[in-house]
Amino acid sequence: MTTTIPTTPGNAAGLPTSADGTSPPARPSTGRGPGRQIGRFLAYVVLVFFAIVYLYPFLIQIVTSFKTDTDATNSPLTLLPDPVTTAAFSRLFDTQFPLWAFNSVWVAVLVTAGRVFLCSLAGYALARLRFRGRSALFTAVLAVMAVPSVVLLIPKFLVLNQLGIYDTPVALFLPLVADAAGVFIMKQFFESVPASIEEAARIDGASTFRVFWSVVLPMARPALITLTILSFQASWNELPHFIVASQDRDLYTLTKGVATLTTGQLGSGNQFPLTLGAALLMTIPVAIVFFVFQRYFVAGANEGGVKG
Amino acid sequence: MTAVPAPAGGLATSPVREPGRTRSKRSSGQNAAGWAFSAPQVVLVGLFVLIPILMAFWVSLTDWRGRGSPFSTGVGFVGFDNYATILTEPGLPRQDFMTSLRNNAWYVVFVVPLQTAIALGLALVLNSKIRAKSFFRTAFYFPTVTSSVAISLVFIFLFTGGGAVNGLLGLVGIDGPNWFSDSRGLLHLAGDGLGLWDASNPPAALTDGGPLGLSWWDWLSGPSIALAALILLVVWTSAGGYMLMFLAALQDVPADVQEAARMDGANAWQRFRNVTLPALRPTLFLVTTLGLIGTWQVFDQVYLISQGNPAKTTLTPAYLSYTSAFETGQWGRAAAMSFVLFAIIVVLTTVQRYVMRDKDAIAEKKAARAAQRRRSSSSRTTFFHAGR
Repeated sequence: MTTTIPTTPGNAAGLPTSADGTSPPARPSTGRGPGRQIGRFLAYVVLVFFAIVYLYPFLIQIVTSFKTDTDATNSPLTLLPDPVTTAAFSRLFDTQFPLWAFNSVWVAVLVTAGRVFLCSLAGYALARLRFRGRSALFTAVLAVMAVPSVVLLIPKFLVLNQLGIYDTPVALFLPLVADAAGVFIMKQFFESVPASIEEAARIDGASTFRVFWSVVLPMARPALITLTILSFQASWNELPHFIVASQDRDLYTLTKGVATLTTGQLGSGNQFPLTLGAALLMTIPVAIVFFVFQRYFVAGANEGGVKG
Repeated sequence: MTAVPAPAGGLATSPVREPGRTRSKRSSGQNAAGWAFSAPQVVLVGLFVLIPILMAFWVSLTDWRGRGSPFSTGVGFVGFDNYATILTEPGLPRQDFMTSLRNNAWYVVFVVPLQTAIALGLALVLNSKIRAKSFFRTAFYFPTVTSSVAISLVFIFLFTGGGAVNGLLGLVGIDGPNWFSDSRGLLHLAGDGLGLWDASNPPAALTDGGPLGLSWWDWLSGPSIALAALILLVVWTSAGGYMLMFLAALQDVPADVQEAARMDGANAWQRFRNVTLPALRPTLFLVTTLGLIGTWQVFDQVYLISQGNPAKTTLTPAYLSYTSAFETGQWGRAAAMSFVLFAIIVVLTTVQRYVMRDKDAIAEKKAARAAQRRRSSSSRTTFFHAGR
């Protein structure tokens, strides 16, 4: 994140400031010196307080996963494990944790690839191609986006059961590929780029798919990255769908498997280092993606704001 | 379901204008290509969103118990009996469903204002000249992208009887409750503390009767302490995402109007009240709408942490619907609950839309945005700029 917000109150005249706003040019003398200092101080107090509230749980999570069970239970607040042990992780790898991780990976890869490709196709059609029923289709996209996902839990099971794919690998990923919001995001993006380049390609006689694949998609890189990240994160973190789509222990993903560490038979007792270690490991892939592509996450979240 | 629920944004969307092209340009080739391009997602969404809804509606009208196909001949059509069972007929099923609605309503009443206020507050503070801005923004936003499972496990540990939260409370001399097994309602406790009533011996006027199978005393319990812990968890998780929306919107607040107000002698509160807040109105609407939709669907945290316990005070309609179907085999009733929940969400967002409507402010906001766009400030973090 390098972008900054231009309209800070102290800079209302639109004077240039440095990227993080730390070296303000001479402020217009409005006679608010001391008040402003106090206000700033209070702002930092608020921010630091919330930063502690937000970071401390993650710190405790990391530290506790290196503690022994008794140490975790007896001194939950201390940030120094005594002794430091990786026993929880060894025990974790004796469970089916590696299998869950493997399942999460292939499900996330298939869901992400499927969503990105199919949402771009449909989004492009809605943005650029003139076809009968297009506006009705777009209305349908908006309507489907408004359906609360939890309402679909039982209905999804019914269809998977009826199709005979309940408890199969296909049931894990295929329903998650269906995504109206991604279509919407891609349509909005394609409408924001000029059509002149692709029209030139079309005049040269390239087929619609060829234009889409060789000309349009390469230009859509930022939108594709955003959608890739949102899809990966959504499928990696998905829980309710996996609960209703399968029961076979071999098809557990990380979310469903780790959930059994606390809700299932394994949940008894105070195995906090084990559960927190599992939580830590399953967070790492999303955390890496988040820190590398942070600006795209922010962009994705702001989609809601753009739409409003 | 921790992600910012982008889908529902469709509710607040103004129709996007088609690029100016004439009908005559449409060729049969584009007709075919258009449908060919859209077909895969159309089929998938039809198969896994539309058909499921129709099927579930059928099931909600039957006595299907989960065996074989719900369309087989042995399945009885019962009309709206399942809806009557959970809405009008006295009995345990209705009592459970109403309890779940009671819990979820209290949950919404606390979560939506809290997360909106914290998100707005953090955005306002971050929107001033602050060092390490992106560090704070990242810290507040990170939980939003983390799995609900991971966060729930951490909070189970933090809120366990001898856990970190009670440890911290102990430092300031407070004897913390046994969070996830404490079913006492907050309003019951508050009234008790103020001397309005004795929580262990509630007034007969409140316990004797009440609407829809629950006594007034039960309806007015407030969230239980266990539910309060879930409320804290969800506010902590989701505020950061909404904060980003407010931050994006704050960039659109016209600086010249702010400055003019300051020149006119408006103090900070007056500037916030009369300049910033009106400009944020559409975002405020969006955030509360998304909040309402999201909070009425709470499922993950209940499934992971409390399973409706203690004393059914964390039971929610989504979780009750799930257990009714998958654990007790009452598929018709469970499907009916889904549709009632759907209806509640639709009705509440419509009501909220009506209450928060303000045509003048929206028009002003649009004008401000257009002006902003004309200045084409390059630093807006909108989606379209993000990747360049």
